[in-house]
Amino acid sequence: MSAAVEPAADVVGGAPVLSVRNLVKHFPVRSRGVLRRQIGVVHAVCDVSFDLIAGQTLGLVGESGCGKTTTARVLLNLQPATGGEVHYNGTDIASLSAKQMRGLRRELQIVFQDPYASLDPRLPVNEIVAEPLRIHGLYGDGGRAAVRDLLRTVGLKPEHGNRFPHEFSGGQRQRIGVARALALKPRVLVLDEPVSALDVSIQAGVLNLLEELQDELGLSYLFVSHDLSVVRHVSDRIAVMYLGRLVETGGADELFERAAHPYTQALISAIPLPDPRKERARERITVIGDVPSPVNPPSGCRFRTRCPKFAGELSESERRRCVEDQPELIVRGQGHPVACHYAAAAQLL
Amino acid sequence: MTEPVLEVEDLHVTFPTDDGLVTAVRGVSYRLRPGEVLGIVGESGSGKSVTSLAVMGLLPATARVTGSARYRGRELLGASDSELSGIRGKNVAMIFQDPMTSLNPVYSVGYQIAEAVRAHNDVSKQAAMSRAIELLDTVRIPNAAERAASYPHELSGGMRQRVVIAIAMANDPDVIIADEPTTALDVTVQAQIMQALETAKTATGAAMVLITHDLGVIAGQADRVMVMYAGKLVEAGSAEDVFYTPRMPYTLGLLGSLPRLDQKSKQLTPIVGAPPSLINMPPGCPFTPRCPLAQPVCDEIEPPLAATTSLDHLAACHFSSELVEAKPDDVFNTEVADTKALAEFVRQTEGGP
Repeated sequence: MSAAVEPAADVVGGAPVLSVRNLVKHFPVRSRGVLRRQIGVVHAVCDVSFDLIAGQTLGLVGESGCGKTTTARVLLNLQPATGGEVHYNGTDIASLSAKQMRGLRRELQIVFQDPYASLDPRLPVNEIVAEPLRIHGLYGDGGRAAVRDLLRTVGLKPEHGNRFPHEFSGGQRQRIGVARALALKPRVLVLDEPVSALDVSIQAGVLNLLEELQDELGLSYLFVSHDLSVVRHVSDRIAVMYLGRLVETGGADELFERAAHPYTQALISAIPLPDPRKERARERITVIGDVPSPVNPPSGCRFRTRCPKFAGELSESERRRCVEDQPELIVRGQGHPVACHYAAAAQLL
Repeated sequence: MTEPVLEVEDLHVTFPTDDGLVTAVRGVSYRLRPGEVLGIVGESGSGKSVTSLAVMGLLPATARVTGSARYRGRELLGASDSELSGIRGKNVAMIFQDPMTSLNPVYSVGYQIAEAVRAHNDVSKQAAMSRAIELLDTVRIPNAAERAASYPHELSGGMRQRVVIAIAMANDPDVIIADEPTTALDVTVQAQIMQALETAKTATGAAMVLITHDLGVIAGQADRVMVMYAGKLVEAGSAEDVFYTPRMPYTLGLLGSLPRLDQKSKQLTPIVGAPPSLINMPPGCPFTPRCPLAQPVCDEIEPPLAATTSLDHLAACHFSSELVEAKPDDVFNTEVADTKALAEFVRQTEGGP
């Protein structure tokens, strides 16, 4: 652990295994034609900082286009960061070359969203799971047995190892993806929407599997998802992202019981509960309009264009602060960090 | 009791394929009463969409549809295309999942709404267009008059879906069939669309068939709920009946496998296995291979959809009486990882080569 790393705003207990500081990722927007001049910048990830505590799950939640997947990819150096640092084991991953990254890839693995696109259709399952072992020169004599055990671990029959991915259902494919990620016995697993392509009855099986694996192997998860119910279920701590910035972070129960950012409140309020009496008795906080383009994000607070508080409750002078002043992600008296000048905790469930 | 607006009886749909006959819907019956919301819930491939497409006569010509579907007593199955055209869009309107494919990319959205108005009313183009703008306003599209000139690709997903809802409202239908209306959208936009749907329902007084895989949406909207599995109704009843006292193991498992936003996390109860292939279905209950309560009789006799504690709460299970007061984790096993194999793997690779 590098002593130089300042703790993130809300570190509670435990040692961080992964520390992200001021992570920035911009994508150039180029003109059409031959020259392809750069005509703009997509602000995909802006100044994101968080800690992943060893053995815990951090849920990164937000709507499509908010930059959560980009954060996950930049974090693993699958795409180079524009700025910022990612500390793992005392090294700044963000500054490493692909070659230097190789060794670390054993310890940092990822499970992708789409179980249909992330498995090579021409490889039998045995080979898919064995591939990371071979790449890192660990297959050797015990490789065969290891692959069999891995398949059994994730609830698949080892005798199915000679089959190809298309012979499996979505849930089974996602289990293959998990087995592949586990093959190198990583310490950190980045799960990028691991269950969003699955039906609920199948999704529950994959979620339970991930939980049991975490308990057994002491893994740390970064769980990226748009589904708040799933995130609450799996996470110890949650970070809510909107248009490239973190707007609120906190313990899972804390965040859901005392959400303080208007965006988090709107998200929680928008999810229908599978409980008829409760659901019908709820009051909704609805946001206006759609997410603005990350090429030209609003000044000041990025959520202000859709914020129900900005539109309905604030006075003219209070609004000026939202327009001019970017709210920092700091503790503002609600017990956890919130990036809103006028944060106020609300009980929504 | 009032006359139902839509009455579906013993609907069967089969598709011939290279691998054999796919039985997508196997004997679905329901009655939609005026003004009510009927929720149909099921996972992908359960036949919930095909059921409504068959009612609307929108299936490909290769599909074989038998049974009966009557709109206010008029038979829809087997009706001629011109007869159906008089009903579709006017009396029975439909909202599809993907608004990008259900709108025509080469016409402005105002034109498409006006087209729906003019299809069933003898009005001038101007009158139809002003009605279109009015409708856009009703579904809360800002600057409706300007937006009417936009093309679908210029609008966001949520706006497009609101245009589709405006089209569905255009002729004051008696029945709106909404097939996964919010599935492709972000949660905050989903909430906006559910509001627009409610507006459409109040404005037209239509009864609604709401098809979705999202149990939360059903809980909030539906008066009555039908659960589909492998082309059949396996449970039906009021929203309270189905959510609080499910009497079919599948429904129970489905509810137990749902992570809850409003509770601290507790163990989920996944349903093992996958839904059966709809080709050459074996006899017996289609849920048997995944059912923790299965007995030999389940493989032989398919249970009928029968009344349970009340006449309005139906379930298709031989052992539905055993599910009284059952909780998902009483019935379903929650363990998934093979911990022995895991330990073996850890031990073997310890130290590594």
